[in-house]
Amino acid sequence: MTEHHEEHHTVTYKLNSIIWGLLLVLTAITVAAAQFDFGFLNVVVAMTIATTKAGLVILFFMHLKYEKPLFKIIVFITFLLLAIAIGFTFFDLAYRN
Amino acid sequence: MTVVKDYTGAKLGMWLFLFTEILLFGGLFLLYAAYLHRYPADFHLAGKELNVVLGATNTVVLISSSWLMALSISALQQGRVEQSKKLLLGTLACAGMFLVIKYFEWSAKIHHGIYPDSPELLARPAGEVMFFGLYYLMTGLHGLHVILGGGVITYAYVLILKGRVTPQDFVFLENAGLYWHLVDLVWIYLFPLFYLIA
Repeated sequence: MTEHHEEHHTVTYKLNSIIWGLLLVLTAITVAAAQFDFGFLNVVVAMTIATTKAGLVILFFMHLKYEKPLFKIIVFITFLLLAIAIGFTFFDLAYRN
Repeated sequence: MTVVKDYTGAKLGMWLFLFTEILLFGGLFLLYAAYLHRYPADFHLAGKELNVVLGATNTVVLISSSWLMALSISALQQGRVEQSKKLLLGTLACAGMFLVIKYFEWSAKIHHGIYPDSPELLARPAGEVMFFGLYYLMTGLHGLHVILGGGVITYAYVLILKGRVTPQDFVFLENAGLYWHLVDLVWIYLFPLFYLIA
């Protein structure tokens, strides 16, 4: 017999479905936004929407919102490292001739 | 005999593995960003050749598969085993649909002579060669993850059938779900970068 004694948070069908709906709406928005030319902001708009979608998936579908602080901290550190790697590369690229 | 399962340990291990995946794809996204910065006009032209309708359809398919996966875990946790199994089959159906659409997209491109190292592609400007090289590399690596994820979900389904993943012991399904959601996460970024930036 296998047992575990930890508390588990079950995400309701309703909340899961609301997140699904939001993800579909955001997908529609990003496709619609791509029909307009904001110049340099095109990339910023697309990446902001994508990151919002990623946040919803991580927090609710991947249950990070209900995990222990340890999980939240290590996920944050990972994305921080990725941001540093990408950010510093662009410091270099932007100041080349 | 009572075995106490360490869910925190099991999920921590899965997350650590996912971090390596994030950095693997992160490196490729960095490469994409650097070349977009260098060849903005070529990337713009090349991106226009991709089919936005197919890309958007695949986005909806993959988001829906993630939703079904999350529902399947919720169902199992609430003791609804049969429903959980059906939802897993739905997730697998979406994974299959994604791959079929991807197959048609790649076939159409290859049919037009656009694939890595093709004479048609090499005759084009350097930025377009780079764009399609990254397109095949990144969507190909992602497609491989979809296939592997489908395998893991199928295995989870078998474990439920055999009674080894149950409403009392579901961490395997949760970890399979984490992997599947990562596959969705990567696509959430791939779609705008390749299909919409143009």
